Amino acid sequence: MMSEKKKLSILLKGIIKENPVLILVLGTCPTLATTSSVISAFSMGLVATLVLVCSNIVISALRKIIPDTVRIPCYIVIIASFVTIMQMLLEAYLPSIYDMLGVYLALIVVNCIILGRAEMYARKNTVVDSALDGLGMGIGFLLALLVMATIREVFGAGSFAGFTIPYLESFKIPILTQAPGGYLVFGLVIAGMNVLTAKRGGVKRKSFACDGCAMKESCSGECSENKEKEDKADV
Amino acid sequence: MENLIVSSSPHIHSRATTRNIMRDVVIALLPATVAAIVLFGFKAALMIAVCVASAILSEFFFSLIAKKKQTIGDLSAVVTGLLLALNLSTKVELWQCMLGSMFAIIIVKCVFGGLGKNFANPAITGRIFLVIAFGAVAGGAHTVFTPEISAGATPLEIIKSGSGTLPSLFNMLIGNRGGAIGETCAIALIIGFVYLLCRKVISWHIPVVFVGTVFVLSLIVKQDLTIALYEVLGGGLLIGAIFMATDYVTSPMGRLAKVIFAFGCGVITVLIRFWGSYPEGVSFAILFMNILSPYIEKIHIIKPLGGIKNVKK
Repeated sequence: MMSEKKKLSILLKGIIKENPVLILVLGTCPTLATTSSVISAFSMGLVATLVLVCSNIVISALRKIIPDTVRIPCYIVIIASFVTIMQMLLEAYLPSIYDMLGVYLALIVVNCIILGRAEMYARKNTVVDSALDGLGMGIGFLLALLVMATIREVFGAGSFAGFTIPYLESFKIPILTQAPGGYLVFGLVIAGMNVLTAKRGGVKRKSFACDGCAMKESCSGECSENKEKEDKADV
Repeated sequence: MENLIVSSSPHIHSRATTRNIMRDVVIALLPATVAAIVLFGFKAALMIAVCVASAILSEFFFSLIAKKKQTIGDLSAVVTGLLLALNLSTKVELWQCMLGSMFAIIIVKCVFGGLGKNFANPAITGRIFLVIAFGAVAGGAHTVFTPEISAGATPLEIIKSGSGTLPSLFNMLIGNRGGAIGETCAIALIIGFVYLLCRKVISWHIPVVFVGTVFVLSLIVKQDLTIALYEVLGGGLLIGAIFMATDYVTSPMGRLAKVIFAFGCGVITVLIRFWGSYPEGVSFAILFMNILSPYIEKIHIIKPLGGIKNVKK
């Protein structure tokens, strides 16, 4: 029972408490680039989630074999293989989405979330835990993208997933679908998320040291050492 | 108890409160406001009303929701709304005016901590938001007196494209030309400038250096006195230099810093006007220098009494 609860919390922490985009602020590039429409954001989130789960599983399974000194190249090779598989599948079966995502599909290889979860979580935890972590983080990424894309497409283009909304169409604000609007909406959504989590007592942001860090739990050892150093420097 | 302020010396009593200064700015803007309504008709009055009202309401509701102290009494929201309206042309629709006002107050001012903490001038940023968001809506629209002349293109657009006839210099002075509603009447703006100078609300440095830089650079680039005069009177240079670039919060305090700030504004304006893709660059220039102004201010940091020079560790 206890371990089931723990497993569930591994899955759920990626959605709100450690949301990769809105709390950890990772993967900003695909977030800004693909959220101009709901469909591209959804497909981006889905592809990244699949790659994240697969790469977390494989990296976690190989964690005792991969030498520490060259681990990042190894991770990149594993992630790149899965991205290539996804790319080929999309090109074969969903060419319109393949065209829509364009270069951002290949750029999943260097997505900070995937590499970050490999480095912070998968290399220290079991296969099942890593898969759950990957799934939770992927869903968190997907949901954040969907929220942003919904705001940007509904108010920026007056449509949702390609269907025009009759009344809003004449009041659209085109800036929201462009790059500056992406930054604006991103900032506002993060601000909203901070208000939300502050009310629930989730993430405390009072300290800029380790206590205020959302990655406190996944960051082992190094973090507390730094904290001690900071404390000494303060004295 | 709110009137009881505990602070360190010097204890100088002055009438220069935010409210008094903002009231003076509103008074200084009155000639331009009247000119805007006379020149551009009922739509201009409506736009001013919508902008001012939505600026005040945005600040009111933001303070209410964020549980901050209510600050609409200091009149700064009125000034922001009025300035924004005067910087838009009648081509802008009313809901867009409202959106620009809300953006200026909430995103540029309130989110950063309210008046005094905003990094950029809210009215300028609101205008730029509308320019980028809705394309060329902040460009020209003709006045009620000359509907037939050049279909409302601003003098700067005419110079840039090289087609169409420029209004006469006399029309430029009284404001009978295409453009944003408050920027056209040079005389009304200069009356406001003189009023602000007499009331010691602003010093002459920023407006004079800003306009002078644009004039001299235009003269050098175009080698033509008339074109240089059109560059000064056309576009939003006067309203920008007098009312926006002199904003206390976002411009430097020291004299030399003010001159550098204004010179930078002038150079960027000329660069955008002659070589950029927009016909008008005053608002972008002011926004850019707003961001730089804390760094310009650094040349004035003085040693406190009894202090020692900053020694590098």
